[in-house]
Amino acid sequence: MIRFDRVSKIYPRAAAGAAALRDVSFKVAKGEFVFLTGPSGSGKSTLLRLLYMDERPTAGEVRVSGYSSKDIRRREIAKLRRRLGIVFQDFRLLEHLTAEQNVAFALEVIGTPQSAIAGKVARALTQVGLASKSAAYPKELSGGEQQRVAFARALVNDPFILIADEPTGNLDDRATRGIFQLLRDINATGTAVMMATHDLSLVRDFSYRCIELNHGEIVFDSADAVGAALLSPTTPVPAAPVQRMPLTAKAAGETK
Amino acid sequence: MNAVRTALTTFRRAPLLNALSVTTIAFSLFAFGLFGLVALNIRDALQKIGERVEIRAFVADSTPVETLTTAADDVAKYPEVLRVDIVTQEQALEKARTELGEFKDVFQDSFLPASLDVKLRPGFRDPASVRRVADRIRGLEFVDDVRFGEEWITQLYRLGNIAGVAGAALGLAFAAVAVIIIGATIRMAVLSRAREISIMRLVGATDRFIRRPFLIEGFIKGVLGGLVALGLTYVAMRVLGQYLHFETVFFDRRLAFLGILFGALMGFLGSAVSVGRHLRQV
Repeated sequence: MIRFDRVSKIYPRAAAGAAALRDVSFKVAKGEFVFLTGPSGSGKSTLLRLLYMDERPTAGEVRVSGYSSKDIRRREIAKLRRRLGIVFQDFRLLEHLTAEQNVAFALEVIGTPQSAIAGKVARALTQVGLASKSAAYPKELSGGEQQRVAFARALVNDPFILIADEPTGNLDDRATRGIFQLLRDINATGTAVMMATHDLSLVRDFSYRCIELNHGEIVFDSADAVGAALLSPTTPVPAAPVQRMPLTAKAAGETK
Repeated sequence: MNAVRTALTTFRRAPLLNALSVTTIAFSLFAFGLFGLVALNIRDALQKIGERVEIRAFVADSTPVETLTTAADDVAKYPEVLRVDIVTQEQALEKARTELGEFKDVFQDSFLPASLDVKLRPGFRDPASVRRVADRIRGLEFVDDVRFGEEWITQLYRLGNIAGVAGAALGLAFAAVAVIIIGATIRMAVLSRAREISIMRLVGATDRFIRRPFLIEGFIKGVLGGLVALGLTYVAMRVLGQYLHFETVFFDRRLAFLGILFGALMGFLGSAVSVGRHLRQV
């Protein structure tokens, strides 16, 4: 469904040799839940942008749902995005629209018939637990609630994957847990989730797949043989990767 | 239809910004319009003076009236000629008396020669054409003398040329300024909605869908700006006309329509360029 094949990304104005991503390869299966971790500037957001084709790789190929970064056209990118749900740390809601209208906006701009919009919007808002606040404007809502509106907007088109870039970055602990539970619920309905976060407590507490980036390289992927070995306390750990053994892997290994 | 509604919603949502951009468009078109009005009036004035370009062929006293009539008909058939009037000796005297009232007793019968007064068509009032026609008339055997104020016509012609060239250059400059200002105004409108555009792209709106309301918005702003500019120009003309005691000409319907069309086109193209550039960046 999603495949990164030796993907590198160097931004045109970056310092020489400074790659945002270097030789990154991985696959995400249908319905999978994947954490994407790593320190700030490690390339998480770049990776997600490549995933929703906001950027093209400098080398390698990104394949998403049959589209390839090598030959996808602008029109097709728009088509692809209708099947992706994307949320950000800063919610990106339109202040002059109510919760309901913000969600409806996503349908209107892709030409959904008016008659179908109200039903879909109500369903999405119910799914994120915000049906009672559909008429509220973003500034009347808490951070967690605003993020729920953003989730409803991302979900309203029944995406096959939800891409969340630090969705809990602006939220307190309680709201974070709520949003994370929502992500799990969404995942339980069969929608894949790819969540970038540096909230390690979430990663530790749940045994979902985790890909860790550092300086634009994958230093750890729990789906790899090596990663799996790191996570399993019984398997002897190969020498080389240990030196690069990341914080999350150690943590995950310890809690097992 | 949806795009039209979206475009109209923008006006309601940000009335101040939109009023500002309509005003900006209006004033840049107003400057262009004022210039156009001045150019139009100079041209009109020159044309009116040009109508007075006339060749007067004085004929020998003995020439029979029939010969004059036939000659007048012949000359009237020259492609350059608009009209030929026969002025008999009596008429010449009458004219001289009314034009020079205080000397009317000085003139006596048959003091002035009869003449053919030849008016030229517009486009043939330049020195070369006038001279050509004059020479041809001079060749008629009963013609004594031909007068056409050569120096005056040359001066007038030069003035017309200078006005034309200066007008075209200034007009282009004013139009360029209007294009730049309108472009910047529309770019501001696009940037003020950058967030909305980025969200649209995120949820999968096509470029065409994003662009359409902006094009309509730009078109509407251009038309509104054009109408306001037309009104301002009209008021300015009336006010100036009152102070200058000068009979001014206003744009005819066709020119007014072209002006508004220019505004609309600027709004439309300005939007197309601004949104296009913005979409390529994100």
